[in-house]
Amino acid sequence: MTKWREGMGFGRFILRRIMNMLIVLFFIIFITIVLLGPSMDNILRLSIEHEVRQEVINNKALISGMSTQELERYTREQIDARMRAIGLDEPWHSPKRLWFTMLKIITFDLGRAYFLISENGSSKVSDIIMERLPRTVLLFTTATAIVAALGVFIGAFAARRYGSPVDKVNSAFAVISSSFPLWWTGMLMILIFAFTLNIFPARATPVIPASDPSYPIALLYHMLLPLLTMILIGFGSWSYIVRNLIIGILGEDFIMAKRAMGIPERRIVYAHAVKNAAPPIVTIVSLSLSSSIGGAIISEAVFDWPGIGKLYFDAISVFDLPVIVGLTYITTLVFLISIFIADILYGYFDPRVKVG
Amino acid sequence: MSYQSISLTYIWAEFRRSRVGIAGLAILLILIAVSIIAFTSTPLERLKDWNDPSAWTFYPRSAMPAWTNLFSSSKQPEHLILERPEVSIEDSELRIVTHRYTFNYAYDEFPSDFMLNYKIKYEGSAPLLLLTITRPDEDSIELARVSLPYASNEQVYESTLFSTDRAVQDGIANNLSKYRFPISRDATVTAVFSSYEERRVMKGAYTVEVRFFLFDERDEVLASKFIVGGKVYGLLGTDDLRRDLSIGLIWGAPIALFIGISVASISVLIGMVYGIISGYKGGSTDEVMMRANDVVYALPALPLLILLAVSVGRSILLIVAYLIIFGWVGIAKVSRSIALQIKSLAYVEAAELMGQSSIKIIFRHIFPQLLPYTFASIAISVPGAIITEAGLSFLGLGDPTMPTWGQILHDANLYGAAARGLWWWIVPPGLMIALTGLAFVLIGNALDAIVNPRLKRL
Repeated sequence: MTKWREGMGFGRFILRRIMNMLIVLFFIIFITIVLLGPSMDNILRLSIEHEVRQEVINNKALISGMSTQELERYTREQIDARMRAIGLDEPWHSPKRLWFTMLKIITFDLGRAYFLISENGSSKVSDIIMERLPRTVLLFTTATAIVAALGVFIGAFAARRYGSPVDKVNSAFAVISSSFPLWWTGMLMILIFAFTLNIFPARATPVIPASDPSYPIALLYHMLLPLLTMILIGFGSWSYIVRNLIIGILGEDFIMAKRAMGIPERRIVYAHAVKNAAPPIVTIVSLSLSSSIGGAIISEAVFDWPGIGKLYFDAISVFDLPVIVGLTYITTLVFLISIFIADILYGYFDPRVKVG
Repeated sequence: MSYQSISLTYIWAEFRRSRVGIAGLAILLILIAVSIIAFTSTPLERLKDWNDPSAWTFYPRSAMPAWTNLFSSSKQPEHLILERPEVSIEDSELRIVTHRYTFNYAYDEFPSDFMLNYKIKYEGSAPLLLLTITRPDEDSIELARVSLPYASNEQVYESTLFSTDRAVQDGIANNLSKYRFPISRDATVTAVFSSYEERRVMKGAYTVEVRFFLFDERDEVLASKFIVGGKVYGLLGTDDLRRDLSIGLIWGAPIALFIGISVASISVLIGMVYGIISGYKGGSTDEVMMRANDVVYALPALPLLILLAVSVGRSILLIVAYLIIFGWVGIAKVSRSIALQIKSLAYVEAAELMGQSSIKIIFRHIFPQLLPYTFASIAISVPGAIITEAGLSFLGLGDPTMPTWGQILHDANLYGAAARGLWWWIVPPGLMIALTGLAFVLIGNALDAIVNPRLKRL
């Protein structure tokens, strides 16, 4: 991250971050087209050919009036005309098509999915994604908020008892839980809570249709197991980070001054130290939100949570290229915006940050 | 962080005193031992069979680990693969080759099935096969008579007779009058292993006798095996595809170590050199290089990894390369800031005054100073690489030619192992991933505390 430097106005700092963001966005779209363009063109070509041949065969009047060779030539011409109409006569890497495709993606014109459809039956990629994005945001924002709150509380608690058994257990838990993959813990939770204890449903997607009035409640009930897993895996390392931040702050002069003033230790830790640790905590919250969007692909697949991560997983398994392209664009966008917000917060809260 | 020079002997001396570091090292040594066992115990071609269903026909489906019998009151049958028969040959007008297997059946439940696999070389008149089983009560049941297909040329014929086959049902049908409880002709396994009085396993020694009647002196029986399908198998059980999970699990260790260590060390080296050049050169070079670094930092890793795996390829070396693309960024930042400090030291300035080239200064004077940090950074980067690769494999995008822990978990998820309670398919691979990650986290934390003394008090 470029940090806000002394001698650089806040406006210039933001401008620079936005520039950086746009470069990354263009780069990602470019890479996506380079990687998937050839296969997308092939699939499109085959489907046009198939479509035209179907039309010719169904047109009885046409078939009866022509010999086989004539018919073949006619079909070829039709196919070529249609390919020209949508620009397929040029390869995907010609500058004109490259720009056209990039522009289409940037303006959210993501085309139609090959196989997947939204719950309302629309095959428009933007419809499919927009239907699912709120659910991913719901799950991951809730989880991050709970984890952060728990982390601050436990971290401050451990920092106050620095070196005690409680602190050591907390640190050990942080190290161990951070080496567990979230999705594997999810499988274990399903095994324990859904199979052995029968408390939660194994699949996170509610069975009732989305139009049903009780759908939100069913969704929340199904959300509990993934939420619980994320909290279990997340709060250990969070409280460890907060603990380290607070121990650092407790060593600073102004805390000494407060102590000298006779303010009770409890108040010093929970009121003054936590308040001063807030800026980095806010920054890390927004950063961890951004990275959890990427991680959603695997965790949502495990819990069958109907968000964009699960959609990504389904799109990969059926090789639905327009959906993959659309999702890559949207996740990159969400990721960049949250990194941007984290950056601004960091620069805003901590103007001391210097280069080096 | 302030820069200070640290020697390798100092690092080792300090490391030995760190209990956390030694614990990590111990786990790592265990993993290396497992890798050596993998290389010596399982031939490499068995590894290629991992994703080939025909290689696992004679194994049980979804069998629990054998040691679970120790904790259960009712003993589940172990899977028996009998491959070394007692052979006797009788020559009269025709040749009769007899393969005899004896096994002790002492379990509380019936086996899931049984099968006979045989391989015969013959020509002309087709050989006959007669399968008889003698039970612990000395009663013999003639299970099946099979005549092999006629062959005009010499051929090697391999076939398997399953307990569900019609021939076996016919054999049981002749015997049904002996049972004092209702039993149908297709319950062949129960019929063979139950006592005649009630539906209960008869424990004791069973003898299986396979007699091959050969009509030409050049014909011979090449091999045979008798399999009693069990419900428990081996150290770690089998999965829904009948694969022996212990083989996949121990082979996962060298593969994970290879991926983790190669990704971490190459990424760290690239990041180090990149950061040093950027910091040492300064000015516009620094500006451009750090800007490029920012761009890579902001790339969403997992979506791009998926795109690469889907479109370019997914062999193990390619996956290592993909992970490196995203791995070097953070280290470049740190090494740049250390290089900035070293750059202003007197001996570097002296080298500059003596007219040494910048490449020489970077590699001879600055890089060696950064080596201690390199080791710590490598150890810290390994778990991320291992967990990311496991994630890719879990999505079904791992190298299809070899077993990895992530792929085992992918299959487990695909076959709904968690919802069906097949815990032995889920717990061990994940524990191995976590343990490998933990080993390097512990080693990395210990090293980091030594090279970054500021962290010691935490």
